[in-house]
Amino acid sequence: MLLQPLQLLAMAWNRSAFDADKVKEASNELGISEEVSSQEIHIIAPKQAENGAIVQVEISSGIPNTQQITVLVENNPTVLIAHFVLHDGVKPEVVTRIKMAETSDIKVVVKAGSQYFTCSQQVSVLENGCG
Amino acid sequence: MPANIKMRAKLNDGVTEIKAIMSHPMETGRRKDDHDRLIPPHFIQLVNVSLNGRVALEAQWGTGVSKNPYLTFYLTNAQVGDIVKLTWYDNLGNSESQEIAVVQG
Repeated sequence: MLLQPLQLLAMAWNRSAFDADKVKEASNELGISEEVSSQEIHIIAPKQAENGAIVQVEISSGIPNTQQITVLVENNPTVLIAHFVLHDGVKPEVVTRIKMAETSDIKVVVKAGSQYFTCSQQVSVLENGCG
Repeated sequence: MPANIKMRAKLNDGVTEIKAIMSHPMETGRRKDDHDRLIPPHFIQLVNVSLNGRVALEAQWGTGVSKNPYLTFYLTNAQVGDIVKLTWYDNLGNSESQEIAVVQG
């Protein structure tokens, strides 16, 4: 094969970031540094989840020029869940459904310009969703 | 074969809401089957969404995205009739695409 599909994509999958079992390590692998706590990031997630296999999370950012949204779950076996890169014309708002192994903070990191901002919300999980 | 990606794109007051559900097991590699054998990891790693052929949203996912992944996001620069195309790529080298036209919501 001369061309693998993945080589056609601008973005490659960041294996070392997704293998990380600590938030700090995953963040380093993604180039996230000196993130500042921000109230302009909004996380809508249930306070309590019956089933950790499906936890719906809505994330929006009021920070101008938001270019990336990263979702991490601190207590999951691998902490990095999703990393979104937004191009022109995409609102800084995503809704997705994630797995949570146990009660944990969901940590969101937003990149705007060369700066990183963060916000966390705890979700109590009654039943393990990672299997 | 039925489409494995269900998608819709609705324009309301200048903002287009894109909703997608992708059929995929999203196996973590940590689950065991009925015979106590580990089920190998099988999950979507990359998602690429374009508007009229121009990249709009790129995502990297891990095993922590739920089975049959769900995604909603919003475009501010789409018109009725514009084409939104979503493609995913998984860790086993599979990929699926779906494209739809933006409709008035």
